[in-house]
Amino acid sequence: MSDVNVMKPMPHTETGAGVYNEKLGIWVFLGSEIMFFTALIGSYIILRVGNPGAWPAVGPREVLNIPITAGNTFLLICSSVSMVKAFAAIAAGDQRGLRLWLIVTVVMGASFVGVQAYEYSQLVHHGFVPSGGIFPSTFYTMTGFHGFHVTVGVICMVFVTWKAFRGKYTAQDYRGVEVIGLYWHFVDLVWIILFTIVYLI
Amino acid sequence: MEDTHNHPNYVMVWFALAVMTAVEVGITFLSWSKTALILVLVGLAIWKALLVALYFMHLRFESRPLRILAVAPIPLAFILVLAVITEFRW
Repeated sequence: MSDVNVMKPMPHTETGAGVYNEKLGIWVFLGSEIMFFTALIGSYIILRVGNPGAWPAVGPREVLNIPITAGNTFLLICSSVSMVKAFAAIAAGDQRGLRLWLIVTVVMGASFVGVQAYEYSQLVHHGFVPSGGIFPSTFYTMTGFHGFHVTVGVICMVFVTWKAFRGKYTAQDYRGVEVIGLYWHFVDLVWIILFTIVYLI
Repeated sequence: MEDTHNHPNYVMVWFALAVMTAVEVGITFLSWSKTALILVLVGLAIWKALLVALYFMHLRFESRPLRILAVAPIPLAFILVLAVITEFRW
């Protein structure tokens, strides 16, 4: 019954880039995300160059808590490694490894958001509020959008973990794990840039 | 799946990222000139971002069209920033 088969999507439909559709889709999306964060980072650089007096003379570390954020950066880097470990596990057909590393990644991602929320509460407590000028305003915009991305990533990863526990991924088909992994590493990559630009410089 | 390469040493990449982060935080508290500090910090950040993209996102092992797709927005990003920064600098 060939006309019945026509209705089913091809399991390994390849695009011109030589990858499956979901992977091409996430890369195109990440391309648009590069431009999104460029708009934020670019605006920040321009505003800072144009208003040198609006930032503390020694740099943002006069106001921002560098040690706690450095710890948070380390946490996000570790979560990227656990994500890639989950990917390597399922590529080798290791269901137990996949579930374990996904849970580790979810916990570390959620902890990152928790630490950021704590950081915000401390900053607000010390009078560093979004309406307090161009420095706090750009700070909350950039770190807030990044935190939102991490939160979305954690929610998606909970869904992938739930599917992993139901045995939906195999060594032959682990597209969902790879796609959430690409998004997750991208969010880590953006934080690496933001940490340098917003906190250290 | 098209993924046939051997997995890179992820723990080594993690170690490199962790060490570079520690170096970044450390030099922030040194009394270097602002220009030197910015150059070194931005250099380290780009290096770390490259490690994540090449190894964790597997760009190093991807097909040429996908690699082109991944880096295509970067020149556009520079154009966007340079176009607007002229408001302040020139």
